[in-house]
Amino acid sequence: MADTPETPQVPPEPPASAKPPVPAKPKLDPVEEKLRRPVESPALEALKSALPDAVIESGCYAGEVSVLVPKERIVEVLRFLHDDPRTAFDLLADQTAADYPKRDKRFDIVYHLYSIPRNHRLRVRVRVGDGEALASATAVYHAADWHEREIFDLFGVTFEGHPELKRILLPDEWEGHPLRKEYPLEGFPEQHMRLR
Amino acid sequence: MFRTEMMEINMGPQHPSTHGVLRLALTLDGETIVEVKPIIGYLHRGVEKLAEHKIYVMVPPLCDRLDYVGSASQNLGYLQAVEKLAGIEVPERARYIRTIIAELNRISSHLVWLGTHALDIGAMTVFFYCFREREMILDLFEAFCGARLTTNMFRVGGILEDLPPGWIEGTRRFIDLFPGRIKEYEGLLSANRIWLERTKGVGYISAEEAVNWGMTGPMLRASGVGYDVRKTEPYAAYDQVEFDIPTEKAGDTYARYLVRLEEMRQSERIIRQALDKLPGGEIRAPKLKTRMKPPAGEVYHEVEGPRGVQGFYLVSDGGETPYRCHFRAPSFVNLAAIGVMSRGGLVADIVAVIGTIDIVLGDCDR
Repeated sequence: MADTPETPQVPPEPPASAKPPVPAKPKLDPVEEKLRRPVESPALEALKSALPDAVIESGCYAGEVSVLVPKERIVEVLRFLHDDPRTAFDLLADQTAADYPKRDKRFDIVYHLYSIPRNHRLRVRVRVGDGEALASATAVYHAADWHEREIFDLFGVTFEGHPELKRILLPDEWEGHPLRKEYPLEGFPEQHMRLR
Repeated sequence: MFRTEMMEINMGPQHPSTHGVLRLALTLDGETIVEVKPIIGYLHRGVEKLAEHKIYVMVPPLCDRLDYVGSASQNLGYLQAVEKLAGIEVPERARYIRTIIAELNRISSHLVWLGTHALDIGAMTVFFYCFREREMILDLFEAFCGARLTTNMFRVGGILEDLPPGWIEGTRRFIDLFPGRIKEYEGLLSANRIWLERTKGVGYISAEEAVNWGMTGPMLRASGVGYDVRKTEPYAAYDQVEFDIPTEKAGDTYARYLVRLEEMRQSERIIRQALDKLPGGEIRAPKLKTRMKPPAGEVYHEVEGPRGVQGFYLVSDGGETPYRCHFRAPSFVNLAAIGVMSRGGLVADIVAVIGTIDIVLGDCDR
C-alpha cells in the first residue's frame, strides 16, 4: 500500500512551564568543592544573634569562617567578641590589611581572633576607603598597638584613638606606603637614604 | 640643693646585647627605668611585598630568612598555609620527617637563646656548651639539605628529598646524649645564686596582660597559660606523638628559662617517638605543578615556632603569585610589651628582659 504522505511532524508546543535550556554549571573540582564547604561556627552564630545588623556578610574557605562588619561598629563588635562568654576571643592573633585598589573602599582591615578557653577562631574584616580613618582596636586589645602602626606605615590607613600612631618599620621621614599595589617593588631611587 | 631629672638614653641599634639591630629609647630615673620605647625597622626588607611578586613555590626562601634561627618552623608554616589554600594532602612519611626537623630546629633555636641570654647576663661558659650541641644539629641539617641555618628543607606537598643514609643514626646519637647535656646547663644555672638574683622577679607580666598584648609561646606559658598550637590545632605529625606543654606560674625571666629548658626535653621526647614510628612511603604529594594556581580564597595558618606563634595569612586571587602574604611575627608582637615588662626595673634588667623575650630581628622587622 502506498505510504500516505504523513503530515509533517510538528514538534509539540513546549508546555508553558518549560524554561529555556540553561548552560550546565561547570562542576567544581572535588578539591575546591571541599575547600568551599561551609562549616558551623558557634562564635558567628553568637555574633549574629547578639548584633544582627553588625554582620554584613559571612563566608567560609578551607574551614575558616570570616565575617564582614561595618567600619563604624568595629570596636563594638570586637568588644562583644572579647567579653561574651560564648565567644571569649581573648587573643588578637593578628591584625593586618590587604589592598584591593579596584574596589571602591580599597583597604580590607582583617582581624584574626582566637579564643584560648574555647579553641575557636574567627576572622573579622572591615572595608576602609583611602583617606578614611578607622577606630583603633587598642581599646579592646593592646596587641593592636603595633599592628596598627604597621598598617599605617605600610598602607596609610589612620586609626583614631591610637596612643601613638607613627611609622614603625620604615624611617619616620619616609614618604609613601609601600604595600599599596601601585607602589613599585623597586621603590623610588631618589628616596633611598643617603649616607651623610 | 639637688635636683633630679630623668635621663633619656639610647641603647642600640649596634649593641652586643640587643641580639640584632634593635634600638631602645630608655627614659631613666637614676638607674630605674621609667619607660622603654623600642624602635625597630633596621632589618626591614619588605618581604611581604616581595612575596607578592613571586610564585608560590619561590616564597619559602624568603620565609626562612624571617626568623633565621628557627627557620624550619617558618618554612613549614608557609608551606602548610599553601597546602591548606590549595587543598593538598601531605603523605605520612613527609609529615613525620617535617616534625622531626621542626623539633630539631626548636632545640637548636633554644640553644642559641640559652647561650646568648646567659652570655648577656654574664655566664659565658654556657654559651660554649650550648653551641657545642648546636653544632651536632647543624651537621645533621647540612647532611640533609646542604645548609646550616636557612635550610629550606620542605617543599609544597612534602619535603625536599628522602633522608640520606646514616641520618637517622646520627639523630639518634644526638638525642641519646642530649638529656645529659641539658643536665649540665641546669647544673650551671638553675641553682646558681647569681642567676637567681638576676632573673627572679625580672620582667614580670601577668597572664591577662600577656594575652591582651597578644603574647604567645614560652612568654605566655611561663605566665601560666598553657596555649600551644601543636596541641590545640595539631599539624604535621604532632597528633601522633605524646608530649607535655611546660608551664610555670611566676611569669618572670626565671620561669621562662625553666619553660624553655623543659621544652628542649619535650622536643627530644617528640623526636624519639617520631623516629620510632617513622613510616615508609612517599615524601611528596603527587601531581603538583610548579606554577600552581590555588583557587581564590584566603587562609590564616599558625604554627608554633620556638619564639611563639607564627602566623601566615595568604590571600589568593586565582593567579600564580599570592595576592597578599602577611607574616605574623612572634618577635614583633612579644617585643611590643617590653615597656610593660621592664617598667620599674633597673637598667641591667633590660638586658635580661631582651634575652628572655628571645627576639630575632629578622622576624620582628620582616
